[in-house]
Amino acid sequence: MIEVKDLHKSFGEAHILKGISTVFEKGKTNLIIGQSGSGKTVFLKCLLGLFEYEKGAISYEGHVMSELTANEKRDLRAQIGMVFQGSALFDSMTIAENVMFPLRMFTKQSKSEMEDRVDFVLKRVNLPDAHKKMPSEASGGMQKRVAIARAIVNNPKYLFCDEPNSGLDPKTAIVIDNLIQEITDEYQMTTVINSHDMNSVMEIGEKIVFLKDGYKEWEGSKDTIFKTDNEAVTNFVYSSNLFKKVRRMYIEENQ
Amino acid sequence: MKYLHNIGVYFLMIKDMFRKPTKWSVMRTLILKDIDDLIINSLGIVAFISFFVGGVVAIQTSLNISNPLIPKYLVGFATRQSIILEFAPTFISIIMAGKVGSFITSSIGTMRVTEQIDALEVMGINSLNYLVFPKFIALSLYPFIISIAMFLGVLGGLAACVYGGYGTLEDYIEGIQTDFIPFHIVYAFIKTLVFAFLLATIPSFYGYFMKGGALEVGKASTTSFVWTSVVIILANYFLTSLLLG
Repeated sequence: MIEVKDLHKSFGEAHILKGISTVFEKGKTNLIIGQSGSGKTVFLKCLLGLFEYEKGAISYEGHVMSELTANEKRDLRAQIGMVFQGSALFDSMTIAENVMFPLRMFTKQSKSEMEDRVDFVLKRVNLPDAHKKMPSEASGGMQKRVAIARAIVNNPKYLFCDEPNSGLDPKTAIVIDNLIQEITDEYQMTTVINSHDMNSVMEIGEKIVFLKDGYKEWEGSKDTIFKTDNEAVTNFVYSSNLFKKVRRMYIEENQ
Repeated sequence: MKYLHNIGVYFLMIKDMFRKPTKWSVMRTLILKDIDDLIINSLGIVAFISFFVGGVVAIQTSLNISNPLIPKYLVGFATRQSIILEFAPTFISIIMAGKVGSFITSSIGTMRVTEQIDALEVMGINSLNYLVFPKFIALSLYPFIISIAMFLGVLGGLAACVYGGYGTLEDYIEGIQTDFIPFHIVYAFIKTLVFAFLLATIPSFYGYFMKGGALEVGKASTTSFVWTSVVIILANYFLTSLLLG
């Protein structure tokens, strides 16, 4: 579980996060949504410890991140897996080497143990034969799956994903969404996803936090988002005619 | 103010480069890869340039000696001095700032743009140690390149002088042995080590701290080349004043 209390973050004069408080629960896919410039990426980077914040607290299982020693922070980071928007695979390594990288850095496993684990996670993300390919030879969807494999290879407690569906076709996006949700259930991880994709919101949003202008405007789930009267949320989520119709049908069916 | 700020950030980067070392088994692989990329892959161009510039120095010296009172061995002497004191350590370093420097800036800059550096940081890896330290160690072999440049420069002078008909082999050999001061070699290698440090760290600084996209990677490579060259020329001036002045 990750708990955020009254989080504030500024860059010079620009106040980006204005007192965000929320809880991301274990074993759930938690989505952060909002328009471009609403502070989603800054929020995610604060959660990851890539940005220092001015005020507030982020706790991992009750341990406040800013109070951890360097070694404790290192231990915490070893329990975090991250899927970046552009996958962030290392260009100079093959797909197998990319996935093996966290094992080489943080474990004392033998080469054969590491290879077995890489085989297992690559099979888990449906890429059993991609070991020797370079990232540049893989499609966008494959790269995302490799990034997920790299993120989970060390059995992390926390999985963060920044726009995992960006640049993917709708079918592949659904495959990635389902994969993240299955892995979250399977390993009982705390998963936090930063997303623009309304399909993801409807499909896997077990908890949704909506940010607007640096404030937490609304929070709920994929079920409650259909019923909310919050104008900012409905304007954002149901901006397309298709989603407006879906919402209308959902409300009519459930009346 | 911006320049002062950048100088401060540069020195903090150097301090952080030695902090929280990467696991040795991984670091060893990175060092070997950087030796291949930065040292071995530069040998061809350095050898080519050194040999022909040595030849040109010998020809120019010979053509400009019109006074019969000036001994013919001066061609070998002037070639040796030019190559050992300036051409090999300083001008090869300027060429390396273009070749190796832009490679370092663009490779680290691309990693910054594509969030690969963020990926390292999220995993709890000191990205400066992971990326810059192996380059620093690999470039500690830079004097090896410069000694090859010295040898081939003097050899190029000999070939041009003898086979071009500008002097005899005996005169040239006598010239390169005349008034030889071993400290000049020491001076050249001290400069080389300082330049190696600059070649590893300044391009890394411009790559690591760049902001923006692909276009900015190109701009950062150009800026890195300019500043590496400027700092090498300034360091050359101060080291020469200090060691030979």
